[in-house]
Amino acid sequence: MIAVIDYGMGNLRSIHNALAKVGGNPVIISDSNALLDADADAVVIPGVGAFGDAMRNLAPFADGLFDLVNSGTPLLGICIGMQVLFERSEESDAAGFGLIRGDVVRLPDGVKIPQMGWNELTLRSDTDLLAGIDDGDFFYFVHSYYCVPEDERVIAATTDYGVDMAAVVEMDNIHAVQFHPEKSSRKGLRILKNFVEKS
Amino acid sequence: MLAKRIIPCLDCDLGVPHGRVVKGVKFKQIRYAGIPWELAEEYDRQGADELIFLDITASHERRETMAKVIEKTSENVFMPLTVGGGIRALADARTAFNSGADKVSVNTAALKNPDLINDIAKYFGNQACVLAIDAKRRNGREPGREMVDTPDGVCWFECSFYGGREFTGIDAIQWAIEAEERGAGDIMLTSMDRDGTKDGFDIELTRAVSDSVNIPVIASGGCGNPEHILEVLRDTNASAALAASIFHFGEYTVGEVKECLRDGGVHVRL
Repeated sequence: MIAVIDYGMGNLRSIHNALAKVGGNPVIISDSNALLDADADAVVIPGVGAFGDAMRNLAPFADGLFDLVNSGTPLLGICIGMQVLFERSEESDAAGFGLIRGDVVRLPDGVKIPQMGWNELTLRSDTDLLAGIDDGDFFYFVHSYYCVPEDERVIAATTDYGVDMAAVVEMDNIHAVQFHPEKSSRKGLRILKNFVEKS
Repeated sequence: MLAKRIIPCLDCDLGVPHGRVVKGVKFKQIRYAGIPWELAEEYDRQGADELIFLDITASHERRETMAKVIEKTSENVFMPLTVGGGIRALADARTAFNSGADKVSVNTAALKNPDLINDIAKYFGNQACVLAIDAKRRNGREPGREMVDTPDGVCWFECSFYGGREFTGIDAIQWAIEAEERGAGDIMLTSMDRDGTKDGFDIELTRAVSDSVNIPVIASGGCGNPEHILEVLRDTNASAALAASIFHFGEYTVGEVKECLRDGGVHVRL
């Protein structure tokens, strides 16, 4: 069972449908106690909304999330669900989970913000999550901020939008993508399938 | 580098079971093109970047029918989905998002109540609010208007509402700028002069609006072949092009259009 955390900031139909489509068994978890009791094989923090709101709404899930991550359960953070894994964001005074060292900063001047549309990945490492993904494959992005990990070695793929930025970050059982795999057609589904196979 | 987007538009008649995608030819004769989610899956296979579903009946009663169309589509199609036509209030937008839509497009309701743009942006994010503008050329100089030079002389562009049946007196370029300030995430810009003609997009209109705002502009109205799409994406700052009938009736696939664009030097997802 894949726990999809519902932190009350948007509908989760797309991510639920996409995980089911690739053979996963997604369960939407809206209650932090349910996460503790769920015995999840994998957990997804989907991507909706602003950093401050996301951290406030995610706070009750923190214990459950840390338990799962510390026990080696695969975690996938999507978009804002990636950014909250970092220590802090320029978007808000709220602290992030700090599971990955580094900052979240605003996209540079001179590009349209938010970045909205299909952009290409440049792969840095061959990870299981990126099996079947090639250099130059396109994914759907919607974001105004991006992650800057302290340790560059966790960056598995980048994308170029006014700046070369982390698009995929992986550290042990923690996986995070700035784009929306559930909106990225076949290639996005392939990444979700790769994730489901880890669970 | 961000790719230019190709967006098939599915005009939906929701007055029949399951809904039908339709296309008016010269505003009259309606041809049935297929069942919405089946066409959506076909466009996904062809490499469409995004889909827009427009309720051409735009009736409040059929909101639930559109919700079912989107629910059904989002089971198998994983790309951004926009719902437009009949989005009059925040509750209509919420129904659309809950069914699986990523964006809603507003036109008449936003012209009557511009705060609707702010409300949708605030509750669902800027990226979720598409402002649709139906613009018509008005020849000759008029004070207070954004004048645009064209090969046919100087003109300004007037916004229409109620599906092109009534005019507002509002300047389309000024309205686009205001919509960006209010939080719209995309401008879907339809030329009423070109819509249905297959004579190509209104380049001057598209250029004027896309140079006036910092949000993406989706060019619409008049597409008859892939070269028209190449022209508007190469010669203006539009981020996307919308077409309906050239895709619905199998004249061209999305893939064929994208190959034409790539060969013409436009960056696309292929």
